[in-house]
Amino acid sequence: MTASEPLVAIRGLSVRLGDHDILANIDLDIHPREIVTVVGPNGSGKSTLVRAIIGALRPSRGSIARRPGLRLGYVPQKLHIDPTLPMTVARFLSLPNRRRAQDIADALHTAGLPDLHGRQMSALSGGQFQRVLLARALLEQPDLLLLDEPTQGLDQPGSAAFYHRIEEVRERVGCAVLMISHELHVVMSASDRVVCLNGHVCCHGTPEVVATAPEYRALFGTGTQGALALYRHTHDHAHDHDHPQPEHHHKDHAI
Amino acid sequence: MLDDFMIRAALAGVGTALAAAPLGCFVVWRRMAYFGDATAHAAMLGVALALAFETSVFGGVLAAALLMGVTVTTLSGRGFAADTVLGVLAHSSLAIGLVAVSFLSGIPIDLMGYLLGDILAVGKSDLAVIWGGALAVNALIAWRWSALLTATVGSDLAKASGMDPQREQLALTLCLAVTVAIAIKVVGVLLIAALLVIPAATARSLSRTPEAMAVTAAGLGSLAALGGLGLSYRLDTPTGPTIVSLAAAMFLASVLITGLRQTT
Repeated sequence: MTASEPLVAIRGLSVRLGDHDILANIDLDIHPREIVTVVGPNGSGKSTLVRAIIGALRPSRGSIARRPGLRLGYVPQKLHIDPTLPMTVARFLSLPNRRRAQDIADALHTAGLPDLHGRQMSALSGGQFQRVLLARALLEQPDLLLLDEPTQGLDQPGSAAFYHRIEEVRERVGCAVLMISHELHVVMSASDRVVCLNGHVCCHGTPEVVATAPEYRALFGTGTQGALALYRHTHDHAHDHDHPQPEHHHKDHAI
Repeated sequence: MLDDFMIRAALAGVGTALAAAPLGCFVVWRRMAYFGDATAHAAMLGVALALAFETSVFGGVLAAALLMGVTVTTLSGRGFAADTVLGVLAHSSLAIGLVAVSFLSGIPIDLMGYLLGDILAVGKSDLAVIWGGALAVNALIAWRWSALLTATVGSDLAKASGMDPQREQLALTLCLAVTVAIAIKVVGVLLIAALLVIPAATARSLSRTPEAMAVTAAGLGSLAALGGLGLSYRLDTPTGPTIVSLAAAMFLASVLITGLRQTT
């Protein structure tokens, strides 16, 4: 395993649902240990991209190559557990594979939760539920953590704390992270790379590059500049060598 | 011992309850109650076919139930409103089955027996079919348990773990068809779905984990079968409906007890 070999290599990916091309001609590599954030307006195909990567949707064109034996940790945008299904946190964390009590306690701790393994899933608050989903994904010992709008329902400080936690998790577990968010300005500071999606890849690069890209501004306006600075923090480590130099260009697509 | 018709009836009732209970939990969790109904009602069509072609009723019912299950799964997967599809298929298959049976002149048919069950007429070969089916259903569910549960919680979660939710759905459809085929003798076409849903629903408030709910439902279902059999013997009431009535009474009691516990 080399650092340059991507965990997931997406080439020319198109996904068609019904009569619509939700995604068209996507190229994207995810390398070990990098945090990639996908931003884009509603309906831009962000969730579709994640669902294609986990294999829930089949590409209509193109390919998604996963490194052999790749372990995925998936945190869905929302999960509805039917109220008729009794489920303790510990039992949920043992889906699909049985976990040791110690591993469960560790995962809850890493996800920033007290030991509430005996609690019913239905009795959790929104933030706790989201972190239990994260804990479950971590128990898969993932090479790649996929987070689909993980901070829905959290307030802004809560979101910022969650993203810091994801960075900690990356350091601790050593996994790559692909994160989807609509909270552009908050999420960007934690990312190595940002991909701006609107059916196709509008622009990508480091957070600074994307935030100043005309394509990004055309989609989201310029109002987030101050907030970006607010949540910006310094990285005390370097990981830019893990992936290609940030680039920034616009692709035209005939859809 | 098996020469006593009451012993045979008791074993048939418990066997059916054991097959229905864990499966019934999935029916409840996945909101498949109507799906169960449709599969059960298709059994009437299976009875008609079996009688017309002079094959075993078990085989005919199994085939019809399986066909119905696969049809519904396919149709609802293609974007038909599942509720409407099930409503159309459930009742039309029952109606067509009844019409088809009426064409079979010259064969004496105990229609009520097929509709409401005839547990007291269970023979030794029926017992073998019921317990064989119950073991097969529970073996399949036990084998697929973790994948079934993951797919029930979220099909994308299952996908991300490398599972195939559609295959798990097919396993449930297969279990449902077998359960319908063995339960028709015990509670009849009309009440099979009740045996699936009611013990599971009763077990819900008594359980903290899915496993506990499945085991509790099996216990409650068996209790209802035995109690219902005894009651019907004493009160001289039809056995299948008495079993389901007792199960319903248990459900009511569990709801009341849970309600009281929450208010105090």
